[in-house]
Amino acid sequence: MKRFRWDAAVGLLGLALLLVGSYLGLFEAPAERHMGDVQRIMYVHVPTAWNAMLVLTAAFIFAIASVWTGKPKWDAVMTGATEAGVVMGALLIAQGMIWARPTWGIWWDWDVRLTTTLIMVILYAGILVLRSFVEDSDRRATWSAVAVIIGYVDVPLVYFCVRWWRSLHQIQSTPETVSSAMIVPLRINSFAILFIAIWFVAQRARLELARRRAEEVAPPPRRDRRQAEETNP
Amino acid sequence: MNERRRRVIVTLIALAVSAGVLGYLAFGGIGENLVYYWSPTELKASGEQAVGASIRLGGLVQPGSIERDPDGLKLRFSVTDGVESVRVAAETVPPAMFREGIGVVVEGTLRTDGWFETHRLMVKHDNEYAAPGEGQELDMKELMKSMQFDESDA
Repeated sequence: MKRFRWDAAVGLLGLALLLVGSYLGLFEAPAERHMGDVQRIMYVHVPTAWNAMLVLTAAFIFAIASVWTGKPKWDAVMTGATEAGVVMGALLIAQGMIWARPTWGIWWDWDVRLTTTLIMVILYAGILVLRSFVEDSDRRATWSAVAVIIGYVDVPLVYFCVRWWRSLHQIQSTPETVSSAMIVPLRINSFAILFIAIWFVAQRARLELARRRAEEVAPPPRRDRRQAEETNP
Repeated sequence: MNERRRRVIVTLIALAVSAGVLGYLAFGGIGENLVYYWSPTELKASGEQAVGASIRLGGLVQPGSIERDPDGLKLRFSVTDGVESVRVAAETVPPAMFREGIGVVVEGTLRTDGWFETHRLMVKHDNEYAAPGEGQELDMKELMKSMQFDESDA
């Protein structure tokens, strides 16, 4: 029998909240006075941005714990958080482009915010690729954790670049610059996506631990042996 | 014990590299080489140097400066930073958000006659989102903040 896990409850709560928040954002909140309905993409775009940076910050902390202690559980949650960050980063860029075309008049431009965000997604996707190339599980954990720690440099840059340098992308809004009627769906969807992200990270971490256990029981064939098998079947 | 020590050293080196790179980017003055757009004042101050080069100009659309050709193909307006303004000739369809007082970034070249010619007109939205009827008055000084001219000049 399958056990019902705590993270599934968190994830389902997240999905329910996403329905409520998106309903309020799409049907109850007013259309923006100049942008009209296009602005409503904000109700997923901004929560996605916050949570992408949040899970990557979690990945950074898990990476420190992973190299520091060498415990497989930290490597597993780091992998989950990194993967969630890549998925959310890619969604973030897609949502942003859909909003940008009618608002800015263009799909893309190389301003600091857009460029650093793209670097973030490519960087963390690269770390996941790196992992898949390392067969030794201890080395894989150390190398990818070091890469996550160094790669994290880009995440505060994504956040602060719009304040430090001129950009096409606007700086962060505050409750004073956003109509009060828009704040409630924004907050609900932020928690919704956070809960879904926690679900994703927990599931992925469990999968990573299971994979590692499977490797210990039946280690993958060593490269030299595999090559020998390929030449002499 | 040796293994433990190695782990601590690897962690500290990774953190040091991370902090070093971020510190360099934040305080290393890289921003001076990373100007996404010029203000009209900066463009005028650079004089002949700016003519002909492919650059971006940013500022607010001066109220009352928008002229459209009867055939609808040409658009002329002034971009201002509150001190100087530059006349812009655009041969492009502007996004629906284009209007008086909004921030724009235009990519193109400065002509010898002082006009800025562009084929790529981008609207720079500020960080305000309002319901219809909220805050209708046009406050150019307040709007100018979104162009970040002061921060970048500092």
